[in-house]
Amino acid sequence: MIEVSNVVKDYGTLRAVDHISFTVQEGEIVGFLGPNGAGKSTTLKMLTDYLTPTSGSININGKDMATDSLQIRQWIGYLPEHNPLYEDMTVYDYLRFVADIRNLSDKVFNTRLPQVIEECGIKEVINKKIGTLSKGYRQRVGLAQAILHDPMVIIMDEPTTGLDPNQILEIRDVIRRLGEKKTVILSSHIMQEVQAVCDRIIIINKGKIIADDRKEVLQSQLAGKTVLDLELLARDPHFYDFRMLDPTLSIFHEGKVKEDVWEVVLEYSNKTDLREKISRFITEKGWLVLSMQKQERSLEKIFHELTMESKTMAKAVDQTEYMPKSKPEDTATGGEETNE
Amino acid sequence: MNNIKSILKKELNSYLVSPATYIVLVIFLLITGWYFNSTVFVIGQAEMRSLFSTLPILFLFFIPAITMGMIAKEKNTGTIEILTTLPIQDSQIVLGKFLAALILMGVTLLFTVIHLITIVRFGENIDYGSIFWGYIGLLLVSATYCAIGVFGSSLHSNQIVAFIISFVLVFFFFIIEVILVIFPGPLAEFFQYLSFNYHFSNLQRGVVDTRDIIYFGSMIILFLKGATISLESRKWN
Repeated sequence: MIEVSNVVKDYGTLRAVDHISFTVQEGEIVGFLGPNGAGKSTTLKMLTDYLTPTSGSININGKDMATDSLQIRQWIGYLPEHNPLYEDMTVYDYLRFVADIRNLSDKVFNTRLPQVIEECGIKEVINKKIGTLSKGYRQRVGLAQAILHDPMVIIMDEPTTGLDPNQILEIRDVIRRLGEKKTVILSSHIMQEVQAVCDRIIIINKGKIIADDRKEVLQSQLAGKTVLDLELLARDPHFYDFRMLDPTLSIFHEGKVKEDVWEVVLEYSNKTDLREKISRFITEKGWLVLSMQKQERSLEKIFHELTMESKTMAKAVDQTEYMPKSKPEDTATGGEETNE
Repeated sequence: MNNIKSILKKELNSYLVSPATYIVLVIFLLITGWYFNSTVFVIGQAEMRSLFSTLPILFLFFIPAITMGMIAKEKNTGTIEILTTLPIQDSQIVLGKFLAALILMGVTLLFTVIHLITIVRFGENIDYGSIFWGYIGLLLVSATYCAIGVFGSSLHSNQIVAFIISFVLVFFFFIIEVILVIFPGPLAEFFQYLSFNYHFSNLQRGVVDTRDIIYFGSMIILFLKGATISLESRKWN
């Protein structure tokens, strides 16, 4: 349905997207995941012909973007990043305007409008000025605009950014329902988001695709491991003996913290729990366990590891990880608006 | 065509709901009304020439003001991304916006007909031909200014900057006739041909020359094309 091959996008000397290729089948919900500035938005902008690739080709439903852009744009519904809207229009006027440009007949518009109002839950605000709406409603209006013409493909750039946790859940719900019938492509820098709604995840970093697979496969391939952080009190230890305990066990890291105190990170298949064996082994050796901590490798961790190359990058990812936790502040101010 | 109409409708609507439009319009009518009435009875001649020759000066401020937001504001708020990814060509967006500004100018000019009525009531020997062509000339001048205004608006995301760009451009084509003396012969002729006033004054005298029409037409096309290219340039930079 969507075929992107060898697409490159340069902004001046900066290469934002670097030879990206992927295909999306009809009915898939695909999530682009990556830290800020990874090239997600640029990719989506090229899929909607807002930007033209420096090289490479985009093919949607058998038509080439370079030659049949207008036709392709008829099939696409697009919710850009930050959800720009015409503040001085009413919701109805805005949808009418979009319908006009999309050449929807009055008949189609009049049958689609109630459905879209229902689907996006914008009944109460349909005659209000967009500028007066709360963020949650604005997002729904943006979605309504994107699905008004019953498109084959819906492209959403960071659809839940800036919403409070309740609104995020609502929008995700809408997206999931849309995904039952449509091809949906969305981007996010928040792990839980793509995990919650997407079938397939494309992890992108520095303009390159670094992982592209079904969500479950990604999870089991990369997340099928337990990481055990150990702090040990030991004199002249040889940690490689740990490897005899289990064939899947490997020593991820070892280092001296201070005199006789060692830090060891072990990694093993999460099918078995090796903690008991490991403790016994340590006791046999005559070492002491100062601390032992088990970590599941979640997708979030994988994302972190895959995209972490420099310290600054790690910082950016940290911020995104903690972002949902700072959300309640937003709620406090968001609650005063017309929403809820 | 339908697409252009949708854009046109949207732009006219936003003119209608914006208080700024009315403020600018009222100021414009106050100035023209004052200017017309303070001179017409003094001169004692049933003609609109003095008003007609002042209008292009007023338009220097008026038209960049009504066009400055057309594309700049969309760039600023990001709605340009919605608009340009809808199935509509960039040239249609530009054309729709240009026509909206032109229609607003047409309506504005329609208000000055009140002065014409004054003349018809009180004057004799009215040269209807020159007044008719004067209006046509004013429309062509406005259309050219509008095209430049839309072009200026497409160059920047800040409305004020867009206003200044458009103003400088229209001012250049307006003032160039006045400073012709500093240029040597052939160059002066060339710059004279570029000037709005040179072509407008022909029409105002009731002299219809296709060269003048071609001048205004090509200026309009040039700047609308420029605006389209500027809008499309986002794709490649």
